[in-house]
Amino acid sequence: MIDQLKRACAIAKKDVRIYYLKGPVIIFGVLFPVFLFLAFVIGRDLPVDFLIAGLLSMTIFFTSMSVTPVIAPTETQTRNLERLAAAPVSITTILLGDMLASVLFGIGISLVPILSGMAIGVTVKHPFILAAGIVLAAFCFSAMGLIFSSTPTSMTSTVMMISTMVKFPLVFISGIFIPVGELPSWGRALASLSPLTYITDLCRYSFQGTGYYPIGVDIGALLLFLVIFMTAAVKLHEKSLPERL
Amino acid sequence: MGCRIMENVIEVKKLTKYYNELAAVDHINVEVGEGEVFGFLGPNGAGKTTTVRMLTGIIKPSSGTVSIMGIDIQRDPIKAKQMMGVVPELSNAYTELSAWNNLQFMAELYGVSKIDARQRAEELLMKFDLYGRKDHKVRTFSKGMKQKLIIAMSLMNDPEILFLDEPTSGLDVQSARLIRDMVLDLHKVGKTIFLTTHYMEEANQLCSRVAIINHGKIAAIDAPEKLKRRIGGLECVEVSFDMPVDVFDLPDISGVIDIRMSGDKLRLYTSEPGRTIYQLVDYSRSNNLEIVTLNTLTPTLEDVFIKLTEEME
Ligand SMILES: Nc1ncnc2c1ncn2[C@@H]1O[C@H](COP(=O)(O)OP(=O)(O)OP(=O)(O)O)[C@@H](O)[C@H]1O
Ligand SMILES: [Mg+2]
Repeated sequence: MIDQLKRACAIAKKDVRIYYLKGPVIIFGVLFPVFLFLAFVIGRDLPVDFLIAGLLSMTIFFTSMSVTPVIAPTETQTRNLERLAAAPVSITTILLGDMLASVLFGIGISLVPILSGMAIGVTVKHPFILAAGIVLAAFCFSAMGLIFSSTPTSMTSTVMMISTMVKFPLVFISGIFIPVGELPSWGRALASLSPLTYITDLCRYSFQGTGYYPIGVDIGALLLFLVIFMTAAVKLHEKSLPERL
Repeated sequence: MGCRIMENVIEVKKLTKYYNELAAVDHINVEVGEGEVFGFLGPNGAGKTTTVRMLTGIIKPSSGTVSIMGIDIQRDPIKAKQMMGVVPELSNAYTELSAWNNLQFMAELYGVSKIDARQRAEELLMKFDLYGRKDHKVRTFSKGMKQKLIIAMSLMNDPEILFLDEPTSGLDVQSARLIRDMVLDLHKVGKTIFLTTHYMEEANQLCSRVAIINHGKIAAIDAPEKLKRRIGGLECVEVSFDMPVDVFDLPDISGVIDIRMSGDKLRLYTSEPGRTIYQLVDYSRSNNLEIVTLNTLTPTLEDVFIKLTEEME
């Protein structure tokens, strides 16, 4: 158990060295959310702490989900996968390693909106809850990225396309630009199905002091999504791994 | 039963893999003893790589069992994989990492301690002539250098069993020889090696036993010399003269069944090699020809391979 965890860390270290600077990671993980955000915010009159909270949750969402989908197709294409499959590590360990690399990337980049927010005078009312929420959400979205990367292909662009098709709609239904409370009831029902809703709500709570859902619901929902995504990812990768060799 | 499991490091029973309707590997039984160098030969698409992948726990068999040092690979894959080194047919090191970091990554995957890992990596890099390039990214390596590194990577955990899937394919003479020497060195220290190759001479030199597989079925398993004797039959005398000699110019030589040109040489298939040689010498004297080379050839592993794989068609 401990052994497998150490090996997962070794895999994460390898991923950090190789994948952080890959084009798709930078484009989809960093530039994309920034531009998307600017496109919506410019010209609208919204409170700064509301915006920073939204920007933060979106950053975690995009960055944590940018590393994991790149790894599996790339390693399929570069033929590193069979080596890894021959090593004494379970698929869960491999995925956990990839996830760790993605989580660190997500957490690292999300410091940017937090620090820029603080620089312009936004205060964090609940720093510990925010920290816990960021870590949890980073795990949750990395696991979600793993689901996309289980597509048995060696084309990174295919995976990126599929994941973008899912990511975009989620951004609109998750209360980033319009608070969940102001949505019509069908909108609220839709929002409750998106994991992004809960981290957005948690960020609002941490910055503004109030959120739509109770904080326990936010954390519980993120945990639940994490478990579902991880279980699904392991199952899907177990099935698709032989098809990638 | 218990003690047989100890002797046989690899035990394969009725191993089968279906890809849709195709039986890529079809109920094969193989046993490999401790310290053996076992050759796995077969034409393209015979099922060698599929077999190796099942033996190394990379893919799951459709049916049948594999036990590695007494451990069922399906039941405890991690423990079984821990004891082996694998060089897959089409694998690659991480091209964006240096040779050194690739080796260290392997060590971490197999839980080798830092001190051992450093020492072993140095030894292996020295042995494979890569030490000077250890901090260079693998992207800058030639094919042969990459292959040597991949083999070094498979040895980082000091495995008891080494699986090599076509380790020398496409390599130059020196690198191929280096790898063959490494196999023999590992054999000397008692390691078990499971090798697939398309080079018959390589199998002949290295392997204590070989299996010949075709269409997923095993055609024969035995020591190379025994296989050669088994197809036995005719011997062959190979001769070349200082002047070109046509097949039809040769006199009738008793015992000779067939004569074939082979490059600048003539091959005479005969049941009486001794008499054939006398008559060739007589022929060269009476025609003022000089004999440049004269060899008797026994069947090679290649002959065995061709015969057995053709028989199955
Ligand atoms: N992933 C796969 N999906 C479908 N068929 C496969 C797959 N892998 C192998 N096969 C088929 O199984 C058979 C055996 O293939 P395998 O790669 O084991 O042959 P091999 O003996 O290693 O050949 P080579 O000498 O060319 O490496 C082939 O007919 C091949 O087409
Ligand atoms: Mg093969």
